[in-house]
Amino acid sequence: MTYIGRVTVTLKRTVMDPQGSAVKSGLASMGYAGVREVRVGKYLEISLEAPTAQEAASRIDEMCRRLLANPVIEEYSFEVEEAEADSDGRPPEVGEP
Amino acid sequence: MRFGVVRFPGSNCDADCYYAIRDVLGEDVGYVWHRDTDLRGYDCIVLPGGFSYGDYLRTGAIARFSPVMDAVSEFAAKGGLVLGICNGFQILLESGLLPGAMLRNDSLEFRCMYVNLRVDNDSTPFTCLMEKGEVLRIPIAHGEGNYYADESTLAELVHEGRVLFTYCEPDGTATGRANPNGSAMNVAGICNGNGNVAGMMPHPERSCEAILGSADGLRVFRSAVAWLGGGA
Repeated sequence: MTYIGRVTVTLKRTVMDPQGSAVKSGLASMGYAGVREVRVGKYLEISLEAPTAQEAASRIDEMCRRLLANPVIEEYSFEVEEAEADSDGRPPEVGEP
Repeated sequence: MRFGVVRFPGSNCDADCYYAIRDVLGEDVGYVWHRDTDLRGYDCIVLPGGFSYGDYLRTGAIARFSPVMDAVSEFAAKGGLVLGICNGFQILLESGLLPGAMLRNDSLEFRCMYVNLRVDNDSTPFTCLMEKGEVLRIPIAHGEGNYYADESTLAELVHEGRVLFTYCEPDGTATGRANPNGSAMNVAGICNGNGNVAGMMPHPERSCEAILGSADGLRVFRSAVAWLGGGA
C-alpha cells in the first residue's frame, strides 16, 4: 500500500524565529493589523510503501526524529493517509483529495 | 603530522584549507572523499566550510549521514583531532559530536566580514598556542551561524571551559554590537568534553597570511601541530 505522510516542522516556541519576525513586520507594513505572531516552518510530503498505515506512521516518525527535524531547535507533526488507488486498484476520482 | 580535509558535495573551502595546511603551515595533508570510511594515517581531520548537499533541509543535516561521518565519529572517539569550520561546525552539531544547533542569523543577512574573537580557553588542541583573553581577527562568512543551545547546555559549556572563541569588541568585551549573528553568549567556537573535537564559525584558513589581512587563523592549525608534539 502507498501512503502519503504530510510532515510539518517548526521551530520550538522557545526558539527565536527571525524569519517569522521579518514576515510579521512585512505583513504589518502591508496594513494587516492584529497579526500577533508569525512562525515560519517547513512542509514535506513523503510518499512511501508500507504494509499498514500504522507502520507508515512509525517509519515517518523515525524519519522525523533522525533527519527531518532537529530536536534541539525544532518540533514536528505529521498525518498519514492512503495515496491514490483504493485497495481494489481503482484510481482516484478527479477532485478527490 | 598528517591532516585530512574532508570533501563533501558542496564543500567550497576545502582547497583553502589544503593550501593553508600544506603551503603556509608546511604540514602533510590529503583530501578525504565523503564516501571514504578509512581515516587511518591521519592525525587531524578538518571538515571545511561550504554548502554540503546544498544545505538542503538544514545546514549539515544531510552531510552528517555521509559514510565518512561514521569514520569521523570513530576517529573522534579514539581521541583523534577534529576541527569543523563553518559548515563543518554545522555538520558536527547535526551529528551530535558537539552540542547545540545553528539558527538563521538574527539579521537574516549573510555576514561576510572580519570579526574579533576572544580566546576563552587556551589549553585545548586548537588553542594551545594562544593566550586566554587575547583577541584574534578572523573572518566569518555565513547565513546560519546563530548558535543556539538550551540554558543548561550553555551553562555546562561555560562551566567546563568549552567555549573556545567569543565574538567581541577589539578590547575583548563581548557586546551585542560585536555579535554578528545573534549567537547565544556571543559563542563563535566550542569544543567537546575531551577537547579533541572543535567547531568554529570563523574561517581560520582564510586568515593564515598577512597579505590576506590577518595571519591569526594560522595559529589554530599551528596549535594542533604543537598539541601533537610537532613543535610548530
